[in-house]
Amino acid sequence: MTVKKLLLGDEALALGALHAGLSGVYAYPGTPSTEITEFIQNDPLARERGVRSRWCTNEKTAMEAALGMSYAGKRALVCMKHVGMNVCADAFVNAGVTGVKGGLVVVAADDPSMHSSQNEQDSRFYGKFALIPFLEPSDQQECYDLMAEAFRLSEEVRLPVLLRMVTRLAHSRAAVAVGEPGPQNALAPDEERTRWVLLPGNARRQYAALIDKQPDLLARAEHSSHNILKEGKGLGVIACGIAYNYVREVLPEGVSLLKVSQYPLPAAQVRALAAASDEILVVEDGQPFVEEQVKALLGVDYPVSGRLNGRLPRTGELNPDNVAAAFGLPAGKVHQPAVNLAPRPPQLCQGCGHRDVYTALNQVIAEYPTARVFGDIGCYTLGALPPFRAIDSCVDMGASITMAKGAADAGVHPAIAVIGDSTFTHSGMTSLLDAVNDNAAITVILSDNLTTAMTGGQDSAGTHKFEAICLALGVEREHLHVVVPLPKNMEEITRIIREEIEYKGVSVIIPQRECMQTLARKNRQKRAQ
Amino acid sequence: MKTDIKLAGVGGQGILSIATVLGEAATAAGLHLKQAEVHGMSQRGGDVQSDLRLSTDPIFSDQIPLGGADLILSMEPMEALRYLPYLGPEGAVVTSSKPFVNIPNYPDEVALLAELDALPKVTRMDIDAVAKGLMAPRSANMVLLGMAARHIGILAPEDLRQAIRTVFARKGDKVVEDNLKAFDAGYEGIQ
Repeated sequence: MTVKKLLLGDEALALGALHAGLSGVYAYPGTPSTEITEFIQNDPLARERGVRSRWCTNEKTAMEAALGMSYAGKRALVCMKHVGMNVCADAFVNAGVTGVKGGLVVVAADDPSMHSSQNEQDSRFYGKFALIPFLEPSDQQECYDLMAEAFRLSEEVRLPVLLRMVTRLAHSRAAVAVGEPGPQNALAPDEERTRWVLLPGNARRQYAALIDKQPDLLARAEHSSHNILKEGKGLGVIACGIAYNYVREVLPEGVSLLKVSQYPLPAAQVRALAAASDEILVVEDGQPFVEEQVKALLGVDYPVSGRLNGRLPRTGELNPDNVAAAFGLPAGKVHQPAVNLAPRPPQLCQGCGHRDVYTALNQVIAEYPTARVFGDIGCYTLGALPPFRAIDSCVDMGASITMAKGAADAGVHPAIAVIGDSTFTHSGMTSLLDAVNDNAAITVILSDNLTTAMTGGQDSAGTHKFEAICLALGVEREHLHVVVPLPKNMEEITRIIREEIEYKGVSVIIPQRECMQTLARKNRQKRAQ
Repeated sequence: MKTDIKLAGVGGQGILSIATVLGEAATAAGLHLKQAEVHGMSQRGGDVQSDLRLSTDPIFSDQIPLGGADLILSMEPMEALRYLPYLGPEGAVVTSSKPFVNIPNYPDEVALLAELDALPKVTRMDIDAVAKGLMAPRSANMVLLGMAARHIGILAPEDLRQAIRTVFARKGDKVVEDNLKAFDAGYEGIQ
């Protein structure tokens, strides 16, 4: 029986995976992908079936564990934001070489316009790079439907399948017709040993086999019911994933339209579109991934436009307005922007422990004009904004410690790293080991709020283990401090920071106090019970 | 028939609860619906917005085009102004009149309200004061929804009341009652 449910794109993916007989989801939280795993964690069917769903330490551990579940014959899902693909890339690309047994689907949620990210990288490049099939849903219904197809496809071609999302679809709700849950796979570990042991001899054979699969993958995309060519006259439009909606919203009558949701790019369909049209406009959210391929396919004489020639903006998210402009449609009459208007940037919550950390840090480094503070990814990145203006860098997960170390190697002093608890276990532990082995003169502030706060308070992998981890990595006991970041402790905290800046080796200070948001949530839950 | 609504406010003010109620009402009425939300870091005391599109016909874009909104529904007066370019020529603004000041350069309140009042169709009320007066301070967002009900032609007020009952049911009768009271105060308050 089919019922309609109001679901976010992320939730439609999650339910699609559960109904496809999922046995485990592996993920590290990251906007806009977090809700997929959260949905599965809270779903009664998932609980009843014992679907594995705890948060992982990072995207690489997630990808590898999912590959292990696939090896054992069961269906596994990996979810991450786009930059997580960089973290799991080693496992991801090589999973294309080993291939899979149970269906393995990787969701990469891209963030065009960088609503909460540090770049606009387009995960479709990773799909092409790994030579695997990839899918790009256009709406919430297709999120649900494509997930089942992705698992089926993965098992048929024995490869991981990448499913590319964008923020706008991940976080937009619509009614979705959902079906009944299908069975889970039985335990059946792969017996073919050689394809999993990627010694060069085996790897060469596997890689050749992967290349041999490409014509089949292309044929499947050419005949996919999600790649639809509608021939018209004049202008030919290629609309990828969510771009299809913007095109349909503003579409002038009579143009030819190729909707693309399954890759590799269906080249024959593109040629058919080109033959029926005078020129082609490529509309895609993210980078000009398809546009470049279409140009290569049709040659220099065929007019192709899109983000590369400025017909659509080179950066930022698509919307009905910039797509309408690309069709040359006149803009409607709009109100002028208001005069009495000021930006309202996000900020650290009142009472947040990170605030006390920055207050203390700013107080101390005011005494050190040469000090540099290397920040990291989390709520505490907001320490870059007024009133704190406390950090000098924020690049990627874990970079605070290693950048501080490199800067210290170059002679910067004091070199201070500020990193959160979840980011530390995600990618900071190896950085700290490097620093210890070099006896780098850095001061690490491991601001521990006992949660992964920025994405909404998910469990943090290292909670209650940080002292043990730091000691085990070789931080000296007398240069490891745990403090409680509260205004009343300011004198103690500033004294410790000052002393440790003066120490010419690795010190770690752990300000430890629970996130205000998770604390409030726990209290609400307690009251409700 | 369609109604495009730009929901606005400051992170934590409860605009997503308004969206949930409207979504529930629209689904129960068999309407097509798309609702694009803001999640993640942008919720931390920063400006937040949600595009809510209701229609008797299928909806394509998750985002409302510039000049396309039939209604700006805002929990905060400056946040209502932020989305003016999205307001259609015949569109209405329904907003709380009480500034939420968490930035040092918040505009002059008198000038801000004057700019709001100069718009062709605007309804504003101190929804926090109304909710407090009803002893339901957490239901200010439902006061706002009540004020907006007359502008949401695609749904009847009773559809919205029923949706409030459904959405808040799991929080207990008292919460349902508070929210219905708040909705009615907003609805009656602007007659």
